[in-house]
Amino acid sequence: MVPLSWYLIFSAALFSIGLFGMLARRNAVAILLGSELMLNAVNVNLAAFWRYGDVTDIAGQVFAIIVFAVAAAEVSVGLALVISVYRKRNTVIADEIDLLKF
Amino acid sequence: MTGEQIIFLLVAVSTLVFALRVVTTGNLVHAALWLIATLAGVAALFALLDAGFLAVVQVVVYIGAIAILFIFAVMLTRKEMRDRGPQMNPNWRFGALLSLVMFGGLYLLLQGWTGMEKTVSDIPSGFDAVSVLGDALTSPNGYVLPFEVASVLLVAALVGAVYVAFNRK
Amino acid sequence: MDFWKDPLKVAADWLMGIFTGWGMNEIAAQVLIGFLGVLVLLSLLMVLDIALVWVERKVVSRFQSRIGPNRVGPFGLIQPFADIIKLLIKEDTTPEGADRWVYNLAPILSMMSVLVLWAVVPLAPNILGVDLNVGALYIIATGAIGTLSIIMAGWSSNNKYSLIGAFREVAVMLSFEIPMLTVMLIPTIFASSMGIAAITNAQDTWFVFLSPLAAIIFLIAAIAELGRAPFDMGEAESELVSGYNIEYSGMKFGMFYAGELLHAFTYGGFWAILFFGGYRFFGLEQVSPFLAIAVVMFKALIGYWVIMWIKYTVLRIRIDHMLGFNWRFLTPVAFVLLMVTAFMNALLADAPNWLYISGMFLSNVLVAWISLETARHYSRRERERVEEVKKTVEAHH
Repeated sequence: MVPLSWYLIFSAALFSIGLFGMLARRNAVAILLGSELMLNAVNVNLAAFWRYGDVTDIAGQVFAIIVFAVAAAEVSVGLALVISVYRKRNTVIADEIDLLKF
Repeated sequence: MTGEQIIFLLVAVSTLVFALRVVTTGNLVHAALWLIATLAGVAALFALLDAGFLAVVQVVVYIGAIAILFIFAVMLTRKEMRDRGPQMNPNWRFGALLSLVMFGGLYLLLQGWTGMEKTVSDIPSGFDAVSVLGDALTSPNGYVLPFEVASVLLVAALVGAVYVAFNRK
Repeated sequence: MDFWKDPLKVAADWLMGIFTGWGMNEIAAQVLIGFLGVLVLLSLLMVLDIALVWVERKVVSRFQSRIGPNRVGPFGLIQPFADIIKLLIKEDTTPEGADRWVYNLAPILSMMSVLVLWAVVPLAPNILGVDLNVGALYIIATGAIGTLSIIMAGWSSNNKYSLIGAFREVAVMLSFEIPMLTVMLIPTIFASSMGIAAITNAQDTWFVFLSPLAAIIFLIAAIAELGRAPFDMGEAESELVSGYNIEYSGMKFGMFYAGELLHAFTYGGFWAILFFGGYRFFGLEQVSPFLAIAVVMFKALIGYWVIMWIKYTVLRIRIDHMLGFNWRFLTPVAFVLLMVTAFMNALLADAPNWLYISGMFLSNVLVAWISLETARHYSRRERERVEEVKKTVEAHH
């Protein structure tokens, strides 16, 4: 008998923690870790709404699957960019990558 | 306090603790490992929500691929095995304030909604979410178009990632 | 008589009677009985693991024309216990600078990822851990945890060779998950469900006759997933001195080693269940669940023997050849096979049984023939190119 509010508050908390991770970290890879937490919070939210609404309307799960695919695509391209930047600039600290050239 | 509520509280609180460890630990490889614990907690929540397919796909895609990709990326972007320097921004206090404001705003928004205290209704017997999901993802009346677009997106990401990260000698 | 037909229910009812007699709440008693069931299964699996150590050493010795352990007990049957005692009394080292928590957690996760697989193995028509309706995907998921444990072991050992071995092993395991997942969809198409019990129930004709190419691709991908030869990059002794295992000694190494053997047996079992009928043997499983368990174990042992046979006969492949083989041959063939199978399944859906079986079999043979011809053509072109380069080099001399 878990009320819907518990799931929604959990996902709001996870989203806020992910946001803190994105805003407060220096390393570019750690910033992407924060974005992963946010995407997971969204997925939990979608699945909770699917379950607590009309179970035969499968739109919630479909949306969650599309979010999986988008998250995978974003992480792979993001990390490829970070690795490529590391090869050029020899750093992944976000503050030090502040020149478009040189 | 029913058993279900106790299990949910255990899983949810431990997942939030793991997520906090992800964003506060100084050692990046440890952060990736705490992320894996968080993802496993989220998979357990999917299982609690009777979304079995989502739980298994979460383990396969997130833990089995994305988390390992993070570990590889962490190891490939450093000169030595240990982390140097502080891992937090100079503005991290402002970031903490902002995320607290965000959480407070979401909480207040949710309190104003009447559907919050809904309890779960039983799943109709014989309902197989996996086959309904499969039908929805492949039927023209369903969601086949977003499905195909997601496939194109993944191909684009594949080609893009390989091209960007390729080591031209 | 009732016990021989349905042992689990009889045991559960008896235990429930005892527990409620002691005054326990009924739900708590059910949870406790569930835990006891899991405990019994795990204990039996670990005992089986010990026996597998003996089987492995005897079989490898026969392949190498020698006798194998025969001093400790009749036919060397007590040898595994001697091994265990030796591993337990060894010094439990931790390398300097290693990450202690991760270093100690890796062998535990490795063993856990194997034991967790047995929750979906159907041992008999009514003996099943959990009847998951996504069982085939669950197998891949637990394989992912095994991959994770290898990378944790490699990184936390604070050793460059360990790290290189772990990276190579994880690259191979992740790459070969794709043909394995694709080929696992083929019994799913035949059985219209991903649940392993449903796949077993749908095997009136064994799926190996419906799709032999899928069985072969699954075997190859499973051997790569296990990290056994010819894909054992993680333990390549001549190259990497034991790969991610280097810094592990004592019982932690024992966990990795025994976990690998049990993993091989489990995948032999899945090969048998997905393609060779599982516990079905011309109606024998309806007689008694114990016969069904015996049939499954026998088929799993045959699958395990095939995996061992390949390991002790074939040479190790170079890492770039391994990955090239996966991405340029195995994955395209698996995708084409999946498409052809789905097409033929839709085409022959209403056909009589013999037409369905022969149609599927012939389409498999066609796909295999076309892919082998393409591979032969490509390798002939490669060989000619290498010959030309050699000729120009020699002409310069």
